Amino acid sequence: MELALWTYEGPPHVGAMRIATSMQDVHYVIHAPQGDTYADLLFTMIERQQRRPPVTYSTFQARDLGEDTANMLKETIKKAYDRYQPNVLMVGESCTAELIQDQPGSLARGMGLPVPVIPLELPAYSKKENWGASESFYYLVRYVLASATANISANSSPHSKEETLINAKPRPKANILGPSSLGFRCRDDVVEICQLLDQVGIEVNVVAPLNATTPQLHRIPDADFNICLYPEIARTLCVWLEKTYQQPFVKTVPIGVGATVRFIEEIEAITGIDASSVKQIDRSRLPWYARSVDSTYLNGKRVFVFADGSHAIAAARIARDELGFNVVGLGTFSREMARDVRAAAAEFGLEALICDDYLTVEQHIEELHPELVLGTQMERHIAKRLGIPCAVISAPVHVQDFPARYSPQMGFEGANVIFDTWVHPLLMGLEEHLLHMFRDDFEFNDSVAPSHLHGGEHGGKHAADHGGKQRGTQARQDTTHVDTDYAQPLVAHNSDAMLQDQPIPTSWTKDAENELKKIPFFVRGKARRNTEAYAQSLGQSEISIETLYDAKAHYAR
Amino acid sequence: MNAPVLCDIPITVERGQREVFCGLTGIVWLHRKMQDAFFLVVGSRTCAHLLQSAAGVMIFSEPRFATAIMQEKDLAGLADANEELDRIVHRLLQRRPDIKTLFLVGSCPSEVIKLDLAKAAERLSASHQGRVNVLNYSGSGIETTFTEGEDTCLDALVHAAPYTDQSQLIVVGTLPDVVEDQFARLFESSGIAEAAGKVAFFPPRRAEHIPAIGPNTKFILAQPFLNITRRTLIGRGASHIPSLFPFGINGTLAWMRAAADAFDVAEANISKACEAPIARAEKALAHYRETLAGKRLWFMPDSQLEIPLARFLQQECSVDLQEIGVPYLDRQTMNSELSCLPQNSSIVEGQDVDEQLDRIRKNQPDLVVCGLGLANPLEAEGIITKWSIELVFTPIHGFDQAGDLAELFARPLQRKQRLRV
Repeated sequence: MELALWTYEGPPHVGAMRIATSMQDVHYVIHAPQGDTYADLLFTMIERQQRRPPVTYSTFQARDLGEDTANMLKETIKKAYDRYQPNVLMVGESCTAELIQDQPGSLARGMGLPVPVIPLELPAYSKKENWGASESFYYLVRYVLASATANISANSSPHSKEETLINAKPRPKANILGPSSLGFRCRDDVVEICQLLDQVGIEVNVVAPLNATTPQLHRIPDADFNICLYPEIARTLCVWLEKTYQQPFVKTVPIGVGATVRFIEEIEAITGIDASSVKQIDRSRLPWYARSVDSTYLNGKRVFVFADGSHAIAAARIARDELGFNVVGLGTFSREMARDVRAAAAEFGLEALICDDYLTVEQHIEELHPELVLGTQMERHIAKRLGIPCAVISAPVHVQDFPARYSPQMGFEGANVIFDTWVHPLLMGLEEHLLHMFRDDFEFNDSVAPSHLHGGEHGGKHAADHGGKQRGTQARQDTTHVDTDYAQPLVAHNSDAMLQDQPIPTSWTKDAENELKKIPFFVRGKARRNTEAYAQSLGQSEISIETLYDAKAHYAR
Repeated sequence: MNAPVLCDIPITVERGQREVFCGLTGIVWLHRKMQDAFFLVVGSRTCAHLLQSAAGVMIFSEPRFATAIMQEKDLAGLADANEELDRIVHRLLQRRPDIKTLFLVGSCPSEVIKLDLAKAAERLSASHQGRVNVLNYSGSGIETTFTEGEDTCLDALVHAAPYTDQSQLIVVGTLPDVVEDQFARLFESSGIAEAAGKVAFFPPRRAEHIPAIGPNTKFILAQPFLNITRRTLIGRGASHIPSLFPFGINGTLAWMRAAADAFDVAEANISKACEAPIARAEKALAHYRETLAGKRLWFMPDSQLEIPLARFLQQECSVDLQEIGVPYLDRQTMNSELSCLPQNSSIVEGQDVDEQLDRIRKNQPDLVVCGLGLANPLEAEGIITKWSIELVFTPIHGFDQAGDLAELFARPLQRKQRLRV
């Protein structure tokens, strides 16, 4: 058993629901107890879908368990097919039905329905949502293509020949695979990447599963190559398509200016197209904005990154290479992407945090004292509690992750969106500068926080100055967050301080305390922690002005 | 389909896909009510995901609930599920020394594998003697429907209640503190408190203060979904005061009168104590009558509040009831309410969601009260909806909330009038 307060991913059948809901003509029947229909609200409330997810549940209850649940399921399948007339029926079960072993897949296949029936076996006690989505997408395409080779293959080749005659030099064709319902900004990423491909000279053959139909899936093999836009959902399928149809696939996820350029280069290598006119970093405003003088204050901002695998890796590289931040922590909740994230973390000299325990992630953030958190909605709440600015970069999604405006993450426009979303929560450079200059002005005091941050007191004085102390008390009060090693007062976790197992209590002389107050409040907390850690590393119990400046020199970066 | 007859209103029974929450959802309001209690669901990732989705709005708060997610090895018998559970509870209690009552909440998977949580609760109570009281109940979807999870939880508390032969009135069903305080004042001013000897609310604000129960206990239900709790209370010697539920003026007045009758308090005292609150409620309701009068209303089956709320809206706001869906119907609990509904009411017990939606499309009601999975799709079809979940999170009982209750139904209709897009 595993203790969970909040979860990053739902069960695997919710992943299958995301695939069915992405498609336009697929229906999914789930053998599940009453109550599992809650998952519909993810689509109708979070994503504000206008139709119910194309999902029917058997909703058995205790009284049905004594009777014939298998028969009940067959009736459900029949009614769902008759009512919705899908082109493909996916059939599976949720965690409880897995235990009663009615074998919904084989039951359904034995019913002689006139459409492909895809049995989904998604082990609910060992796997999770993204894995479920990936497997469902893979089997959906495999089954559809298998039924296609039986029916359609005969008349598909003359069609493509004819096309070749009319258009002497056809544009290379690509499939965009992976965007899905409840994915992070998929709706806008698809628009952005389709435009980019058009500029490069690539024809988009099929986008799937988002808004796709099964006749479109039949055409997947017509493409020259695939774009694995969301590896969490599409990598399994892309690997299979490469092996089966010799379709190479583009592996770079085009999030950030650098990654977008590498994405185009990968396409150039596959197709032989010269896209140098498109491959211009100044097609995004990010590079200039990052070089602009007011951005110098972004230097070395300590950033903690935690997300699904592909967004985490992309965010870490943007943070370092395109905004000049220091990545102090990198992790993911997706075990399927653990290898990739570990490799990326090694580039940063970090050990990746591979974990889906919200409390552990929170503990890491507390210990690392980052200045910016790039994470999921979970980390947004952690950051809010700790008074750290935060931007959301990945699923699990929240209603706010479906903005009304166009806001992709991918391509050159995506990089613009990222610049705004990550930089705005930080103090604006000039604002920081002015605060420093006027810190003794009567209108400025410690409670002045960045004007655009809510709850100024948290963002300002408390988090900065009393950060360490406040967290200590909070950790004792909010006992949910207290782990055994929390019981001790929190000390700075800079590498030098880590050498100390048992912190020596430190006291500040009056002069040193006054000197500390002259340091701008937004860095004062860090100065206090660093100085205390420095004093402890030297075994000093009293902190004087000298110690303060010695520590400042020691930590100078 | 069969149609048993009660109070002359035929009740249609329907079977098909149900679109309702399971009883685990009750944790979302129960943990707010009993602030020294922790709810540990023994279940699957689905259970954790449901709680998180249903409680989405409450993610800011310190959760006093969690899920012990069973894994492959727990099912395969490689790990003794009981040992695993003990380990998790131990870790949890270490982390939360403030917890005085721990509820082990059964789920669909824990029930299907027949994990004996009653035995586990007994064992854990013994091993954490004096430090924490461990109780158990089922919130599984196979056993409970949405608010029925509160019923099974309160039932567990009744079983744990000490004995008393003191005369008292107990109000049963989770109410917001503000509503409890209003009722407590009414019981005082009407003389019911004095006649009863003592008034207690159940569940208590702190789970460690479970009221004692015995033969001189009389209880009145504040919520319409407490059938199991009612039977167990009677089993403990308490007597039930049947009544309408305290929604709207009529419901609340009938409820106060029933309590007064049970303790021989004179009618005049009730009239006097309720006079001012009734006048306020009349005034508040008047704001919304115009919006609601004559509107055709449809209740999808959801929280068991459907029948009492339909009665309130029909009697006090002049709405026209098209269909009242209920997930299940306990005729004893609902008897008084049913007798207040118009003879031609259409009541459907159970659910076939697709068929129900077809009927909605055919009848085009002015307002559909439904769950979160159905609301936006209906709105997209041009049918106005009211999310039913708000009815279990908002103070809606009593005289002083009658206007707020009407407003919940009027708001979507008024919004429709405002928007020009």
